[in-house]
Amino acid sequence: MTVHNIRVGETKRGDAADGALVEAVGGRLSRVDGPAKITGAARYAVEQQLEGLAYAVLVESTIASGKVRAIDSKAAEAAPGVLEVLTPDTIISLRTAADWFGTPPPDKPYCPLARDITFSGQHVAAVVAETFEQAVAAAAMVKVSYGETPAIVDLSDGKAGDGIPIDAMTKEWGDAAAAFASAPVRICAAYNTPREYQAPMEPHGLIAHWEGDHLTVWEPSQWLDGMARTYAEWFGVPFENVRLVSPYVGGGFGSKALALGHGAIAASAAKMLGRPVRLVMTRAQTFTGYGGRAATRQTVTIGADHDGKIQSIVHRGVNETSIEGMWVEPLGSVTSIMYATPNFSSKQNVVRVNSVVPGAMRAPGENPSAFGIESAIDELAYEVGIDPLEIRLRNYAEQDPHAKKAWSTRQLREAFAAGAERFGWARRTPEPRSMRDGNHLIGWGVAAGTYPVRRAYGEAIVRILADGSVEVESSSIDMGQGTYTILAQTAAETVGVSGDDVVVKLGDSRFPRAGVSGGSRLAGVMTGAVYKAATSALDQLIGLAISDPRSPFHALQANTLVVAKGRITAPRGDGPDVSIAELLKSVGRVHIEATGDTMPANSSAEDRYKNYTTIAMALPHTEGDYSRHSWCAHFVEVRVDEDFGTVRVSRVVSALDSGRLYNPKLAESQWKGGIIMGIGQALLEEGIVDRRHGRIVNNNLADYLVPTNADIPDIETISVGIPDPHSSVLGGKGVGELAIVGIAPAIANAVFHATGKRIRDLPITLEKLI
Amino acid sequence: MRDFSYLRATSADAARQAAALPGAMLLAGGTTLIDLAKCGVAEPDTLVDITHLEGLDRIEIDERGAIIGALARMGHVADHADIKSRFPAISEALWQAASAQIRNMATIGGNLMQRTRCPYFRDPSNFAACNKREPGSGCSAIGGVTRGHAVLGTSEACIALYPGDLAAALVAFDAVVHLGDRRIPVDDFFLLPGTTPDKEHAIEPGEMITAIEIPASAAARRSTYLKVRDRQSYEFAAASAAVGLELESDGRTIRDLRVALGGVATKPWRARAVEEALKGKVLEPETVRAASLLAVEGAVDHGANHYKIELAPRVVARAILKLGEAA
Ligand SMILES: Cc1cc2nc3c(=O)[nH]c(=O)nc-3n(C[C@H](O)[C@H](O)[C@H](O)COP(=O)(O)OP(=O)(O)OC[C@H]3O[C@@H](n4cnc5c(N)ncnc54)[C@H](O)[C@@H]3O)c2cc1C
Ligand code: SF4
Repeated sequence: MTVHNIRVGETKRGDAADGALVEAVGGRLSRVDGPAKITGAARYAVEQQLEGLAYAVLVESTIASGKVRAIDSKAAEAAPGVLEVLTPDTIISLRTAADWFGTPPPDKPYCPLARDITFSGQHVAAVVAETFEQAVAAAAMVKVSYGETPAIVDLSDGKAGDGIPIDAMTKEWGDAAAAFASAPVRICAAYNTPREYQAPMEPHGLIAHWEGDHLTVWEPSQWLDGMARTYAEWFGVPFENVRLVSPYVGGGFGSKALALGHGAIAASAAKMLGRPVRLVMTRAQTFTGYGGRAATRQTVTIGADHDGKIQSIVHRGVNETSIEGMWVEPLGSVTSIMYATPNFSSKQNVVRVNSVVPGAMRAPGENPSAFGIESAIDELAYEVGIDPLEIRLRNYAEQDPHAKKAWSTRQLREAFAAGAERFGWARRTPEPRSMRDGNHLIGWGVAAGTYPVRRAYGEAIVRILADGSVEVESSSIDMGQGTYTILAQTAAETVGVSGDDVVVKLGDSRFPRAGVSGGSRLAGVMTGAVYKAATSALDQLIGLAISDPRSPFHALQANTLVVAKGRITAPRGDGPDVSIAELLKSVGRVHIEATGDTMPANSSAEDRYKNYTTIAMALPHTEGDYSRHSWCAHFVEVRVDEDFGTVRVSRVVSALDSGRLYNPKLAESQWKGGIIMGIGQALLEEGIVDRRHGRIVNNNLADYLVPTNADIPDIETISVGIPDPHSSVLGGKGVGELAIVGIAPAIANAVFHATGKRIRDLPITLEKLI
Repeated sequence: MRDFSYLRATSADAARQAAALPGAMLLAGGTTLIDLAKCGVAEPDTLVDITHLEGLDRIEIDERGAIIGALARMGHVADHADIKSRFPAISEALWQAASAQIRNMATIGGNLMQRTRCPYFRDPSNFAACNKREPGSGCSAIGGVTRGHAVLGTSEACIALYPGDLAAALVAFDAVVHLGDRRIPVDDFFLLPGTTPDKEHAIEPGEMITAIEIPASAAARRSTYLKVRDRQSYEFAAASAAVGLELESDGRTIRDLRVALGGVATKPWRARAVEEALKGKVLEPETVRAASLLAVEGAVDHGANHYKIELAPRVVARAILKLGEAA
């Protein structure tokens, strides 16, 4: 369990927007967990010190396809300190758990160690020893022999084929083919994105500890309740018997939302040995132990008239998935809503290849989708000779072209205007290669991005304690996005206490429940839950003060009272002025407690369980009368060395609409993080496969390149959002994923403007430009 | 568990003696060695820690040149005022190498001895074939992922790149490696892979690098190290050039030129053909560009590393022209 309050001197330096208190909602409060992280005081999940801890190390397949013929573990078993060698034959039998939709699983056992190999790096065995070093050494002694079969290496493999059509992804209106055929201007191009990896600073790992049939798991998690359910189902114990603890999360980017095979292995080992077991992946294992972003291919064809008005968009997408698992990266998600078009067709296939099943990575779907459509519209702009910003405005979608519903709010026009103004877009010379500084070709590019507002459920307890302080509890998490901070702000403002007097506790599944921290939904959901709980705690407090005969306000016969800065007064100030602590003492209460949630009223216990442990009940972003999305416009300057082909981003101005910001400082930081990750995606990141072995060879952070400080220019972000009451209780829309969407195409468009070369395969490395 | 013993050497002689035993390895900053031990490539029985030996981290500079102790840290050498003024290419090569943290740990001796980044070399559990690791086992890289492999100095046995930056600058200025009393030019210290890619240096068991000596020269004083890579920092070179230039008194005719390449060859690569072609010539962009093409004479690519053949001469030309402009 981790506790954070605002009582940290440094955290008050932020300036309050619109003169509000820094610690109120909308204030620029610094992260309350920051000092603990910077000083090293923060203790992460796998740093728990437990009596009798044993260490597990994974053994992975060295072939991409085939069968495990035999595992010779004799030497490993005899090695010093070894407690257990887990193989498919020795590991305890688990049950298959439901997927994240909660779909009832097939009634068959689940074995996290593979006999049938479908990718290189698959877990085939694990060694548990008294020390980590002993386990590492013994794991290297496990001899696995294989019967190898040919692998399908990736999407370009001749054996890969066209894949499986995913009908649910089909979106069509009008007659796109006919309209394209008769359009006076036609463009058609293919866009590819490679495998990319979340590469969180903190690698995946856990400590699993059984006490009888109760399991405690310390594990970095984006979703305690979802993961606890999975563990419970694997081991056939009640949900209540599993406790997940995740005090801090060192980055997830989508990769820490689900319980994964290594977790099942560690928890099995702990059960078999009757000891707590720690398992932490090596950096190399994080490239195959779970999935990064799937490689994708898209073709985008646009038919338009000579004014650049779009008549038809035909989009075909393919993403890779694994041999056994199914991952659909929705490639038509941005294509179908960004621009108004009377005719549209989008279809998608998935292709099975010998890789780990891909997974969620910051804006899955929207991110590659935007690379396609936002590059294609740029190509159209040059084709018809219209400014790339102007063509976007000409095709502005006044309503959701797919759902045919009004936008809840769409400040995209405002984003284009604000970004262009600040960037100085009007000074751009349209011709490619027309801007230069010495050896550097300079290019300016624009692209838009969007991310849907996903809404789900959360609950929280707010307690007003005897000393007048306020305590918030929720099983939601903080992976760096600022949950501790904004929930403290919400409670402080709602109850009417100073920020110093709020303590937020997160990251323990024993607390009131919360859905997944993914899809940029947590802030909107949890501020809503805390707001509701805090409001009802406040109501109780005021109710007591008015009606309890022992209250100093009793004689006043007031309808209501004011609570501010921890003191209670009458609205006109004509009565007593007492602190919350004094009031509670006078009425003889130790605390006031209220629960709040964002669930529909009268939800059954079963519904609640489903809401918090699956994503099945999440509300579609087009539910009801509105279509809800965040929006952004990126303006990017690149400098391309003409001789060397090296691309450096020298300026970024992004204007973003995330609705109301609960804390602008943290929102800006999330946006900038997205933009930085997008720069990596555009210029550096790519999992490189050895085609003969079906293995990722750059599985380390020296060879899988993410941007360094030196690669990142000053980034300016401008908030153009307005409160969106249809999106969340307090009016915010998603923040975390939005800004990565559209950065890669903005950079590719800028590279085209600089060089006249259109790069449609990410990343844009130097050999593509020399 | 793979046990090994750790020995803290008390003197250079003691270190040499200890390191002469089979399975013993010198440990300096550890940024290469510990990394390779974790990968399962280095399997030392004894680590002989030399980091505390006195006097071996000195940097001495006079009009004859510089002597840099083997234990001087990369960061210190890069920041040294006299190195910066008299051997700018050395300083620049160092500060563009690795990261600040690594430069604070890593030593000059260890830097010369760093091993290749060939991913097949570094992953024995997945790729058994590697002639550098296991002589005669074959080469996994040929036919595989070769974007970071060498185009110069390769053999049928091995195409691994020598990734270091400093050594390219050293080879350009005729630096000499001190192995105690034995002296050997840097260019001869690094060996071509040939049929024995496991043997990378002209150093014998029981020998230790004690210092690097760099003779002073006008070309070294007017020198630069240009490193090109996709990532602005903390990446090995796609191609790099260490260049030193001395002009005649007319300010335009090239009297002396030193050119060496990094990021493209199996060892730090002196490009003498470029030097010879330009000595005595007037420094003009066209002449320089044409001569720089000679830098990759005889280069052989393996597909994905073809760009290095295009890139390297451009890096050389830019570096020479940049020095010319800075007159
Ligand atoms: C992620 C990463 C990025 C890097 N990027 C770059 C880069 O861009 N450019 C670059 O040039 N380098 C780069 N390096 C390499 C780095 O510079 C070397 O690791 C470092 O210089 C090695 O020095 P060390 O003192 O740590 O050597 P150690 O690791 O201690 O030793 C390395 C080897 O040298 C031997 N040795 C050490 N001292 C002596 C001696 N005095 N005599 C004989 N043998 C000796 C050891 O036995 C060992 O075999 C990078 C390294 C890493 C890990
Ligand atoms: S290139 Fe050299 S180091 Fe790499 S696998 Fe081949 S032999 Fe080994």
